[in-house]
Amino acid sequence: MKKDKMVNLKINNQPVSVPEGSTILQAAKKLNIHIPTLCNHDDLCVAGNCRVCVVEQKGAKVLAAACAQPVQEGMEILTNSMKVRNARKHVIELLLSEHRADCTKCYRNQNCELQTLANEFSFGDHLFLDIVGDHERLIDDASCAIIKDDSKCIRCQRCVRTCSELQKVSAIAVSGKGSDMKISTFHDRPISHVVCTNCGQCVNRCPTGALTEKNYIDFVWDAIYDPEKYVVVQTAPAVRVSIGEDLGYDPGERVTGKMVTALKQLGFDSVLDTDFTADLTIIEEGTELLTRLRKALVEKDKDAVLPMYTSCSPGWIKFIEHKFPEMLKNLSTCKSPQQMFGALAKTYYAQNIGVSPEKIVSVSIMPCTAKKYEANRPEMRDSGYKDVDYVLTTREFAMMIKQAGIDFRMLEPSNYDSIMGDSTGAGAIFGATGGVMEAAIRTAYEIVTGKPVPFDNLNIIPARGMEGVKEASLKIEGCLKEWSFLEGVELKVAIAHGLTNANKVMTAISKGEADYHFVEIMACPGGCIGGGGQPIPTNMTIRQQRIDAIYAEDLSMPIRKSHDNPEVKKLYEDFLEKPNGHKAHELLHTHYVERVRY
Amino acid sequence: MKTKKISKVDLIFEHINPREVLTKACDMSPEDIINEMLESGLKGRGGAGFPTGMKWKLCAEEKNRTKYIVCNADEGEPGTFKDREILDRVAYKVYTGMAIAGRAVGAKKGIIYLRGEYKFLLPQLRMELDGFHKMINEICYDFEIDFRLGSGAYICGEESAMFESIEGKRGEPRNKPPYPTASGLFGKPTVVNNVETLVNSVIILKYGAEKYKLLGTRFSTGAKVFSVSGDTPIPGIYELELGMSLLEFVNEFGDGDTKAVQVGGAAGFCVPRKLFASTVIGFEGVPTGGSMKLFNSSRSMYHVLHNYLDFFAEESCGQCTPCRVGCQQLLKGVESVKRGESKSTYLNELVKLAATMKIASKCGLGQSVGNAFNSIVENFREEIIY
Repeated sequence: MKKDKMVNLKINNQPVSVPEGSTILQAAKKLNIHIPTLCNHDDLCVAGNCRVCVVEQKGAKVLAAACAQPVQEGMEILTNSMKVRNARKHVIELLLSEHRADCTKCYRNQNCELQTLANEFSFGDHLFLDIVGDHERLIDDASCAIIKDDSKCIRCQRCVRTCSELQKVSAIAVSGKGSDMKISTFHDRPISHVVCTNCGQCVNRCPTGALTEKNYIDFVWDAIYDPEKYVVVQTAPAVRVSIGEDLGYDPGERVTGKMVTALKQLGFDSVLDTDFTADLTIIEEGTELLTRLRKALVEKDKDAVLPMYTSCSPGWIKFIEHKFPEMLKNLSTCKSPQQMFGALAKTYYAQNIGVSPEKIVSVSIMPCTAKKYEANRPEMRDSGYKDVDYVLTTREFAMMIKQAGIDFRMLEPSNYDSIMGDSTGAGAIFGATGGVMEAAIRTAYEIVTGKPVPFDNLNIIPARGMEGVKEASLKIEGCLKEWSFLEGVELKVAIAHGLTNANKVMTAISKGEADYHFVEIMACPGGCIGGGGQPIPTNMTIRQQRIDAIYAEDLSMPIRKSHDNPEVKKLYEDFLEKPNGHKAHELLHTHYVERVRY
Repeated sequence: MKTKKISKVDLIFEHINPREVLTKACDMSPEDIINEMLESGLKGRGGAGFPTGMKWKLCAEEKNRTKYIVCNADEGEPGTFKDREILDRVAYKVYTGMAIAGRAVGAKKGIIYLRGEYKFLLPQLRMELDGFHKMINEICYDFEIDFRLGSGAYICGEESAMFESIEGKRGEPRNKPPYPTASGLFGKPTVVNNVETLVNSVIILKYGAEKYKLLGTRFSTGAKVFSVSGDTPIPGIYELELGMSLLEFVNEFGDGDTKAVQVGGAAGFCVPRKLFASTVIGFEGVPTGGSMKLFNSSRSMYHVLHNYLDFFAEESCGQCTPCRVGCQQLLKGVESVKRGESKSTYLNELVKLAATMKIASKCGLGQSVGNAFNSIVENFREEIIY
C-alpha cells in the first residue's frame, strides 16, 4: 500500500505531522487541541461557512477556516491568538443576534451547540443589535413528524447537506441571498407537502432547535394518567442500545432491562417489544419472498415481481413513493414491525387481556421520526382504530425518564410483559443495517432446507458492516421436497443504508444492471441505530458502537431465529392461523401510494 | 511618494488586426507567451490585481487534458461600466485575449460569463464571435468560446461562485484552496480573467512587454480604463496611465468641490480630500477595478455609506456568518447611531466588526465590506453620527 505523504506543521508552537490532504482541524485533533466548530459534521462534506473555527496562520493576511483549510508543509497555526479570539467572539455574537434565543423554552436547551459556544464566548450584554425581528421567520409545524423553526436557524446548512448528500432527497435547500438567505423547501411549502421522507437525519444534525421532531410527550402523559385508558408501549430494537447515551452512559451500552423497568415506573400498563413483531415480520416477509420466488420462477407469473424490497423503514417507503413510484410493486406488502404491533395491540392483545380496544392507547418508542408519519398514514387503521396512537423518539423517551425523576442507573433490570414481549436475536438485529436481511435468511433458509444457515454461529457476516451498498449471494442446497424448485438457485441479495445508497441500488435495478432477488433498504445511515430520532450527536463512531451493541444483544439471546419465537408461534396458533393467511393479510399487510416527485 | 502626471492613452479601444496577433501567438511557444506576460508586470484589471502571467503559469503547469479560460464579464461593482464599453466596441480583442490565454495554458474552451443586465449585447457579441471563430479556424487555431449569462447576483463575479453558477448551481463561493488554476470550472484547471485584462494581454503581445512596461509605474504597469461617475462635469470612460495621484485625477475630473472619491466601487476605499495628494491610483496605493465615484460637499456621506451597506446586505450570498450577519449589523448599526438609539461609541464596535469581517469572511466580498465602511467612518465620523 502506498504510504501517505506526511506534512509537518506547528499548531500553537507544537510540531505535528499529518497525512497530506488533512485539514488544520484534523491536525489539531491529533494534538488534542480543541477548535470549536459549528457547520462541520463528521458525516458531511466540508462547508467552511460558519467561520467559528477560524485560526491564524502566521504570515497570512486573513484567518483560515480550520475545517476547510488543508495543511501545508511548514505552516504555523495559532488557534487561540488575540486575533482569533476576537474574530470567534464576533462570529458567535453575530449568530446569536440572528437566533431567537428562547433557550428555556427550547427543546434543545442544554443540548445546543450554539448555546455551548455562547457559554464559552459570550457573557453579559450582547455585542450587537437583535435582528431576529427584522425578518419574517416562519415556524412550520404542520407536519406530524418534523418542525422547522426558521427563527432559530443559524444557516450552517448541515441539514441541507444531509438531505442532499446522505439522503439524495433535497427536500430542503438554500433560497434567497444576503439577509434574505434561508433554508427553504420547494416554493416555501410546508415540510409535510414536499418530498421530505421525515427521516429526521436533518433533525439529528441540526446544531440548534431549528429542526426538531414533533413532541408527543404530553399526549402520552395524559394517556398514562387517564384511568379510563390502558396504555401499551412497544420499544424498537435500536432504542435499547442508544437510550443510555441520553442518560449519561457511553455510546454502545445495552440497557434493555433497565429500560423496561423505567417504562413500568413511568406508568405504562403493558411494556411490550417491537422485537416481537420484528420476528413476526420475518415470518410474513420470508413467506412472501418464498411465494414470490415460486410465482416468478415456477409459475412465471408476471405480477410476481423481483427483487422484493423490505418495507420496515418508513423513510424509505416515502422515498420510493416519491422517487421510484413505478417500483412500488416490488415492495413487500408487510407493514413495518411498529405497525404490525399496533394492529395486534388493539385486536389480539386487547382480546387476551380483556380490554376493549377503544380504551387502549398504543405508544411506540422509536429511533425514528418517520415512524411518527407512518403511524398517521390513513391506511394504518386496520384494527378499526388508529393502530399506533403516539410515537416517541429515543430522545423524547429519555426526556420522560428525566421528567419523572427516575434514577436510571439504579434501576433493577426486568423483563418485557407477555404475550407480545418475547423476542429473538433475529428481531434484535433489525436495528442495524443488514439485520433484516440476516434475520430473513436465517429463517427462509431453514424453511426451505430444514437446516440452519451454513454460517458459523448463525452470524451471516456478509450482511454486516458499514459499507453503503453490500451485495451477497447464497447457494441454496438440499431443499425440502416442497421447495425443490429452489434447489441450486443462487439467492442474490443487496443491502443499502442511507437513501443516497438506496438511490444507487434503485437506479441500477431500473437500468437492468442488477438482478437481485431480495433487497434490504434502511433510510438512515447504519440502519435504525443511526435513526433521526436517536440521541444527538450521532456520528460514524457512535453508529458503530451502537451496532456492536446490537450484535452483542443478538448473541446474548437464548433464541436467535425468528421462527423459533414461542410467542410468535402461539400468535399463529391462537389468532392468525398461518403466515400470509387471510387474517394476517388483513392486519399485517398494507399498500402504497404513488406520490409526486417535487 | 512620486506620482505620475495624468496622461490619457488609447490602447484598449484602438483597432488592431487580431489575425496578426494570433499568428504571432502561434509562432510563440506557450512558455514564451507566459514569460512575456510575466515580464509585462500585468496585474488583473478586475480589482484584485493578481499577476496575470503568474496565473497563466500556474494553470499551464497543471497536467490535465481539459482546461478552461473564463472571461469574467459579470461587471457588477457599483460605478463600474468599462467592461460593457469594451465588449460593445472591441469584443474581438476580448476573444483574441482568451485565445491567447488558451494557447498559453493549454485550454481549448473559453466561456464568457456575461452580466445578466448586459443581455442586450448578446446578439451583437454572438455575431462577432461567429466571425472570430471563422477567422481562427482559417489560421488553424483550436479554440472555442461560448457565453453564459449571469442572473443578477453580484457575488457571481467572485470566481468560484461564478463556476458554481456556470455549473448550474447556486452561486456561492467555494473554499480555497484549491485555487481555480488547479481546480476551477467543473473541477478542471481554469484561468479566470477580467475583460480588460484579456484585452491587455493582446496589447502586450502586439507591442511587446518592454514597450508595455514604459507605461505606468514599477508596481502598476500599463494603463487602465476608468469609469468616472458622480459629481463630475465629464462622466464617462477614460483610459489613463496608472500611477497618477488622486489629486491629479480630481483636478481633471472634479467639479471644484470634491470632498471624497470612492475608488474601486462599493468594495473599494473612500479617500477624503486631505489625502488626495498622497494617494496613488495603482496597486502600490489604492487599487481599483475602474470605478471612480466623486462626491462633492452636497453629498451626505451617511447616505453614501448607507447605500453601500444596503447593497452588501442584499448581495452577500449569505453562506458565511461574518458577511451575512455582519453586513446587516453594520447597516442596522449606523441607522441606530444616526437615530440616536445607539451611542456614538457603538461605531467603534462596528469598526472592530468590520475588521473581523475583513479577516474572517469566506470570500472577497465579505473581506472588502470593511474597506468602504472603515474609510468612511474614519474620515466622516461626524456625518454618520449627526
